[in-house]
Amino acid sequence: MKDIIAHKEHHHHPENILDQGVPGGIQKIVLAGNPNVGKSLFFNFLSGTYVDVSNFPGTTVSITKGFYKNSEVYDTPGVYGVSSFNDEEKVARDIILEADIVINVVNSLHLERDLFLTLQLIDMGKKMCVFLNFSDELKKRKIKINAEKLSELLGVPVYETSAVKKIGFDKLDEAISTSKIGIQPDGLHHVLHETLNRVGSQAEALLITEGDEFVAARHDIPCGSGDDREFIYIERRNRVNEIVSTVEREDSSKGLFFNALGKYSLNPLTGIPILVVMLTILYFFIGDFVSQRVVNFTEKTIGKKYFEYYLKSYVANFTPSEITVSLKDEPDPAKKKRVYVFKDNLKEDVRKEQEFKHISRDENAVVDFTFSNPIAKILFGEFGIISMTITYLIFLLLPLVAAFYFAMALLEDSGYLPRLATMLDRMMNKIGLNGRAVIPIMLGFGCVTMAAITTRLLGSEREKTIATAILMYVIPCSAQLAVIAVLLSGAGVLPLLIYVTVIFSTLVIISTTLNKFLPGQSTPLLIDLPIMRLPRLDNAFKKTFFRTYGFMKEASVWFFVGALAVGILDITGMLTVFQNILAPVTIHWLKLPKEAATAFVMGVVRRDFGAAGLFGLNLSPMQITVALITITLFVPCIAAFIIMIKERGMKEGLIIWFSAWIFAFVIGGIVAQIII
Amino acid sequence: MTNKTLDKIKKGTYFTIEKLPSGIIKVQLIRLGISEGDTIFCLERLPGGTIIVQKNRQEIAIGFELAKLISVKIKIS
Repeated sequence: MKDIIAHKEHHHHPENILDQGVPGGIQKIVLAGNPNVGKSLFFNFLSGTYVDVSNFPGTTVSITKGFYKNSEVYDTPGVYGVSSFNDEEKVARDIILEADIVINVVNSLHLERDLFLTLQLIDMGKKMCVFLNFSDELKKRKIKINAEKLSELLGVPVYETSAVKKIGFDKLDEAISTSKIGIQPDGLHHVLHETLNRVGSQAEALLITEGDEFVAARHDIPCGSGDDREFIYIERRNRVNEIVSTVEREDSSKGLFFNALGKYSLNPLTGIPILVVMLTILYFFIGDFVSQRVVNFTEKTIGKKYFEYYLKSYVANFTPSEITVSLKDEPDPAKKKRVYVFKDNLKEDVRKEQEFKHISRDENAVVDFTFSNPIAKILFGEFGIISMTITYLIFLLLPLVAAFYFAMALLEDSGYLPRLATMLDRMMNKIGLNGRAVIPIMLGFGCVTMAAITTRLLGSEREKTIATAILMYVIPCSAQLAVIAVLLSGAGVLPLLIYVTVIFSTLVIISTTLNKFLPGQSTPLLIDLPIMRLPRLDNAFKKTFFRTYGFMKEASVWFFVGALAVGILDITGMLTVFQNILAPVTIHWLKLPKEAATAFVMGVVRRDFGAAGLFGLNLSPMQITVALITITLFVPCIAAFIIMIKERGMKEGLIIWFSAWIFAFVIGGIVAQIII
Repeated sequence: MTNKTLDKIKKGTYFTIEKLPSGIIKVQLIRLGISEGDTIFCLERLPGGTIIVQKNRQEIAIGFELAKLISVKIKIS
């Protein structure tokens, strides 16, 4: 050790100046640790705000920054080591490289796994301290960790905490002020010597020697070979094992927590019934309760009846409008539909205005405003940037997305998701994916747009492409599912069977074809299975809040853009042109009435608009089947399309989008020719 | 004492890791706590061949394709 210090002083590595604290600069404290060790709770405590940086469901990779006393505090995504294997690691790596002090949070139950990162941080020469989290769980399981001994072996301060119960947080001040550089293995500095002279920072020198191409490229020097990395990793692994065997003692093997549910959910034999139960509960919560009851209230009542009505009737004070009021339950056809035309604005005829406002307040009234002024139309019309987008975003999407994130947060906290991924791994292999891809595909049944973002968590570009294609082609989102369910339940059993068979076969055919012809290789499954436990509600609520917020922030802009595009199509008459172009295909090939084309054009904007357009058409059960198959395979909504372009690039996005037109009409048509 | 690849290991077997595939996957395995020479327990073998191994309290799922690339030596079955 002395040797190393002497060596460093001799070379005057700039990092040493950093170690003594930056005079005048702000100290950077960085929280680092493996996934799910409770880093965010530490960050929360230090900076006073809640953060959510979670690995498994593939939330946006971002760094969260806060302030503690005179220091900046950074939270990082959970990683098993500092390197550049994926986006999360790259983000974590950069922020750790800049750290003045690293607070390393460790899961006491998985010391062997977690100390690997700890030793790497020590080898990087970072000033640091270690917090052994979940110390209360240790006691339950009769495991003892000698923290004093561990501190002695590592050469850095070690504290025991239970972040959930806020035990041990009082030691944070002390830990930060007594943080120091840990004990590095004797040979390390000699291995790093040459690189260190060139890059000047021990941390970067270590990463380069460990083969980190990105850091090496920054300094424009060749990175270490795979052999160097392996050598260092194996040596480090041995040190970890040695340390763990010295400091950890297990009193009774009965303390081993055996979770039967966790075990049963792995094997398909028992796991599939468990999955079915889970999905049924999910269906009742999201499919029935939220997307029917809650959304009915928020979208139809709050959104349409109040928000849009008041907004539009206010706008009508200033511009010409045609207002149609339909009364659903009115038996008298003369009174069923009334049209009020205001050539200038509402104020031109006070009596007419009062009559329309009076009737509009009827519980069954549906009020449609048509503005002739193009600007009013774009902003407040049927596809209005302000009217439709806000109703859609806040009153329809928000409750759905929140419900989905809430359910996902519960599943994630329980430790079920990695087990589900494991159980379905072999099945997913057949379509070129590994078990992890279950998550984006499951999310797709909620919202394809949201799911497209989570394809980020997959291991290779190839897998991301396959998963995105499946989502965009065959997975109906919850909004569309609701309409499909209503139409199919009216059509009978045979249509349902045909529908499910066709959609499922399409999924299998498309994904196996992609798997066969896409170049490259998919990554095999390798995940650690966290313990099963009851999810904590407060944590789930917090996660839901922050993820929903993140999603809305990311997606909202694109909804406005999409609405603008369709608004312009509508005003310029392009929408009608499209309908006419599609009409022959609709009538002869799909054997559907001409008006069904409207449903397809609308489907470009929103999938459920498309499906809902079929309601009033008086279709036979087989026609319903064909129409629903076509609509399901048809292009995703504008928002999903734009997110897809953003995630997968213009070329791939456009190929998927245009081929969805082809698949939808070809497959829908073939089915039509057979069954109608 | 027989040499096999991990995908052939039966449930309830203790085995040592003889050789891991090289490259990034090896590094990821080492970080999760699986390295050459380690003794590991096969906790479960799912139909289709996905293997769940246990080392101390850590459970790790390994896909069939990866398991085929890991050479192991059976210790106690």
